Amino acid sequence: MGLVIDLDTCVGCHACVISCKGWNTENYGAPLSDQDAYGADPSGTFLNRVHSYEVQPAEGAAQLIHFPKSCLHCEDAPCVTVCPTGASYKRVEDGIVLVNESDCIGCGLCAWACPYGARELDAAEGVMKKCTLCVDRIYNDNLPEEDRVPACVRTCPAGARHFGDLGDPDSEVSQLVAERGGMDLMPEMGTKPVNKYLPPRPKDTVEDQIDILAPLLAPVADEPKGFLGWLDKALEKL
Amino acid sequence: MHPAPSVILFTTLSGLGFGLLFFLGLGFPNVSGWVAFVFFAIAYALSVGGLMASTFHLGHPERALKAFTQWKTSWLSREGWCAVLALLVMGLYAIGVIFLDQRWSGLGLIGSLLSLATVFTTSMIYTQLKTIPRWNLTLTPVMFLSFSVAGGALLAGQTAFAIPLLLIAALVQILYWRSGDQALANSGTNLGTATGLGDRGSVRAFEPPHTGTNYLLREFVHVVGRKHADKLRAISFALAFVVPVGLLILPFNHLVGALAVLSHMAGIATSRWLFFAQAEHVVGLYYGKR
Repeated sequence: MGLVIDLDTCVGCHACVISCKGWNTENYGAPLSDQDAYGADPSGTFLNRVHSYEVQPAEGAAQLIHFPKSCLHCEDAPCVTVCPTGASYKRVEDGIVLVNESDCIGCGLCAWACPYGARELDAAEGVMKKCTLCVDRIYNDNLPEEDRVPACVRTCPAGARHFGDLGDPDSEVSQLVAERGGMDLMPEMGTKPVNKYLPPRPKDTVEDQIDILAPLLAPVADEPKGFLGWLDKALEKL
Repeated sequence: MHPAPSVILFTTLSGLGFGLLFFLGLGFPNVSGWVAFVFFAIAYALSVGGLMASTFHLGHPERALKAFTQWKTSWLSREGWCAVLALLVMGLYAIGVIFLDQRWSGLGLIGSLLSLATVFTTSMIYTQLKTIPRWNLTLTPVMFLSFSVAGGALLAGQTAFAIPLLLIAALVQILYWRSGDQALANSGTNLGTATGLGDRGSVRAFEPPHTGTNYLLREFVHVVGRKHADKLRAISFALAFVVPVGLLILPFNHLVGALAVLSHMAGIATSRWLFFAQAEHVVGLYYGKR
């Protein structure tokens, strides 16, 4: 199971960040603590963060791309093999990478091994926190069916986040990835991430001439008329 | 990387301690009784003291015993096993040498090899991390082992071994700095591959995800060390290698030996500080900090 994040659609509103923090503070595992939350130097644990990047192509205008980043639930997860206690594990049945918090000694080595910055050691609890793919929502029969998706997916107002079975090539998310050319982050690290990112679609280019007849058409309003005409003249006289 | 004092102390002290145990296990110096007791006490103080320091940065040190379970996959777990085995075997060997005037050379050899294996597993904890190109080098374990053996020879008072071993360690240090400085560029990882947007144009971090700091920035994006790196490299090189070799060439006495050891320790600690402070974790790319 995993996420597909559409970089074309994400508007950078950070709603997924907040809903993630809300759900995961109130539910499974140790809460995501904040330090000095209302003071001069606030910091805290988050499982999902939204960066923004500017991409300047060789020609044409720069593009701003909002970039949500959370655990990619890698197939070959380096965070799991480095763990000395076995607290960090990848589930066989659905591939979700989880931390057994009662076995975690808080050595931080899994966070060192993760290239994506997906793991944060909670300063209050001393254990490693990471995205659980909302394991306590997606199988939760007590929730209405439409809520059985990760909190970030449920809350996204732009529909930029998709959840599904990326191991099944016929699933909706797998088809979306195939159709849009979904990509891996840092493929050279050999982590084989499950989560995919859909690249932004190419932007429309504005041609010099919008219509071939345009130059033949006379301008409709050269000189302002009425109130604007009077204002123009009045200002000119000053 | 954040140069945590606990980890610098640990790798410096235990590296020296296990280096000394390596020589003691081989019978250098060939001592017994009280003199042997002093040598083993120093070796155990350094290695055990270092191991204790390493637990200071844990979030839950009371669960440290669980770290022995994953030796099949985790270098940190293997390090735990090697350290405990080395200390146990060398403890038995030390009892023979100190109290029974017996040198069980087979046991000593096993203990020596286990001591080296401990230093090797420590180095592999860092070397295995693809996320830190500066550590992900063949030279990293070579450096840890050469420092440990050179320091061990120095502590064991084996001048004949210590001078060539210090010179080798010095050469390894220079080679490590040279390849380490190019490691991030050679890794091919940059903001383009990190975001997958590199083939569309040049990528620049425009707006960070948070205004304050966080665990990732504190732990992985340490940049203070860069400022004086060249000066610190010169200081560490002089203290760790040049001064001790110079002192060892002089006629030996205990004061000169002690000065050489202290200078070496200060130099290795500085080098280890740089090892952490200069290491660039690729997560810094996402924050535009590389």
